[in-house]
Amino acid sequence: MSDLLITGARVLDGDATDVLVRDGRVAALGADASGAKGDAEVVDADGLVLLPGLVDLHTHLREPGREDAETIATGSAAAAIGGYTAVLAMANTNPVTDTGEAAERVLDLGRATGLVDVQPIGSVTKGLEGAELAELGLMHRSRAGVTVFSDDGRCVGDARVMRRALEYVRAFDGVISQHSQDPELAGPTACCHEGELSGRLGLPGWPAAAEATIIARDAQLSLLTGARVHVAHVTTAEGLDVVRWAKAKGARITAEVTPHHLLLTADLLAGYDPVYKVNPPLRPAEDVAALRAGLADGTIDVVATDHAPHARHDKEHAFVDAAFGMLGLETAFSVVHDVMVRSGAMDLAGLARVMSTAPARIAGLADHGRAIEVGAPANLVLVDPAAEVTVDRDASASLSRNNPYHGRTFTGAVRTTILRGRVTAAAGEAHA
Amino acid sequence: MSARHLLSVADLDAAGVRQLLDTAAEMHDVQRREVKKIPTLRGRTVINLFFEDSTRTRSSFEIAGKWMSADTINITGKGSSTSKGESLRDTTMTIAAMGVDAIVMRHMASGAAHQVARWLDESGSATRVVNAGDGTHEHPTQALLDAYTLERRLGSLEGRHVAIVGDVTHSRVFRSNLLSLPLLGARVTVVAPPTLMPSGARAWAEHDGWTMSHDLDDVLAQGPDALMMLRVQKERMSGGYFPTPREYTVGYGLTRPRLAAYLDRQPEGVILHPGPMNRGLEIAADAADAASSLVLDQVSAGVAVRMSVLYHLLAGGEGSAA
Ligand SMILES: [Zn+2]
Repeated sequence: MSDLLITGARVLDGDATDVLVRDGRVAALGADASGAKGDAEVVDADGLVLLPGLVDLHTHLREPGREDAETIATGSAAAAIGGYTAVLAMANTNPVTDTGEAAERVLDLGRATGLVDVQPIGSVTKGLEGAELAELGLMHRSRAGVTVFSDDGRCVGDARVMRRALEYVRAFDGVISQHSQDPELAGPTACCHEGELSGRLGLPGWPAAAEATIIARDAQLSLLTGARVHVAHVTTAEGLDVVRWAKAKGARITAEVTPHHLLLTADLLAGYDPVYKVNPPLRPAEDVAALRAGLADGTIDVVATDHAPHARHDKEHAFVDAAFGMLGLETAFSVVHDVMVRSGAMDLAGLARVMSTAPARIAGLADHGRAIEVGAPANLVLVDPAAEVTVDRDASASLSRNNPYHGRTFTGAVRTTILRGRVTAAAGEAHA
Repeated sequence: MSARHLLSVADLDAAGVRQLLDTAAEMHDVQRREVKKIPTLRGRTVINLFFEDSTRTRSSFEIAGKWMSADTINITGKGSSTSKGESLRDTTMTIAAMGVDAIVMRHMASGAAHQVARWLDESGSATRVVNAGDGTHEHPTQALLDAYTLERRLGSLEGRHVAIVGDVTHSRVFRSNLLSLPLLGARVTVVAPPTLMPSGARAWAEHDGWTMSHDLDDVLAQGPDALMMLRVQKERMSGGYFPTPREYTVGYGLTRPRLAAYLDRQPEGVILHPGPMNRGLEIAADAADAASSLVLDQVSAGVAVRMSVLYHLLAGGEGSAA
């Protein structure tokens, strides 16, 4: 593999410098880098910022089972284009990732593609049924080394099952990522935020309390067991308050927010367009403001995409029947940069923390989310904070088109993604 | 009317409602003729696409189309909210592609007619959509026929007080009437147990200027000009919305003593119900069959109103309707 010399990049908003990458690692910085350049391939990064490669703690890749919506290969390409060097693949595939063998298969498909490190998430319960524990220990012991477990798409609603899962993964410091939404409170037909608009539209909704009550319960179970709970996609000010309270109590709890919950609001549902149908649902502007504040003040640790590709025909049903979810990998950086950094709520170092360092730490990925220093693995991304990006759903590497940002313009673009010293995406194209 | 489709009463303004009701009055005269056939929609094709069964509404649209010489075709589809067969878009685009002029659509999902209209518009199709009931959202022609029926009996609705009573959270009749009655100058009080009020009702009522109550006797004592009783939608009642039918009837049913007390206070008062009625639950037989009950007038008005809607959507609105 040839060396890379990245010239003139600002490293995490510092002064412009050169970075030499050799044998998959950062080999030299500054004058040392240009001095030792040799026949390195040069990446001109004038005006760009170099960050640790992004890490997505919450990606749906659909393989196995729904390869018409996304494959590990196409999802990896979308991730690389989006600036990611590692993604955690959710377990709700068909079959479910609930055994060591299933986890290894996802790992191997990711390696074969080679665009990002695909780390499988194991399910908490067999078949996501919520009743019996999946083979948590065997998944951890497998070559995949699973440490994050989730029934995402569904909430582990039974408190006793959740307690046992936490006790069990405590042995190897695993973490349960919970889709925090009481499955009983709103019933099986809920499809949006419960409020005045859902009343007018005649759509059954989830109240904010369905989220907050589960977070509170899981925080208590974390205190009881000493195990780590991760709140997937927190969406409400109430849920956020509970996270804040739980952290103050000393619970081992972390939380994530999606780019779409930082930007899009429930009123978009007025036209019944299923592209805005997502689970948990879009919330009112007050919640969006609270989530931005919670991300800026550190109550929320991570931004995760909840990238949820769906074949076109699965969205072309009546709103209540359409599939939940929206794309996110390719647009996450731009959305978060625009909403959080350009607005002044957080700096680029903060963005690197919530989109790279913290998710890598929670997932136990030692090679990702590292400070850019000599010897560190060269899992990197170059971004242009000044560039404007207009989203075109048809220019996506994903197999699906359920992109809620089609036609919107953001400030902040991903330019080049580097995995172990190799350029995996540049100028919006993945390099297999 | 100016909208391409009739999806919601919100597509109409006061003038639009007035126009539809005036034309309905002309159409109502056709209904009394010996030969009930006018050539207005000759050569036009109207599909009644009913994903959810409703003999009443489907027949009403069918008769309306036939009396105006349109070719009306009924298609009933099983599109249960869990079945994931052909997509709604594929089903409706296929039908539209056959060259039909209008799709009259009933679906168990809120917003389904809006979605179909959007897909048709995006594809450049000329097919019109009439919402004949979408889930728990709206039923605009029901609201129009209710307004027509009320005006025939009470005259102008300006300053009138209408109480809408019952399972409002699941009622598309409620949501459409809540829009149409204020357009005609009436004020609305909505009466339901707290569990059957739609989410966000308090803020909604404040925004739109209607009154919310959980006490039917209190509202009846105010002597509203009309009582619009809603059907308790037992099929949507999986969530335990009230303890027992008996308790519901005692609290919110139009029982015989309650009817007597109301008519004592408001001798000109009238009773509406969109049907089908749960006699003995939300409405006592005596109330359903009382002289003040307009239930059958509503049915009769339904055909006239639907003729009017199809006329304005499909005949371009030139010349005399009938
Ligand atoms: Zn989820």
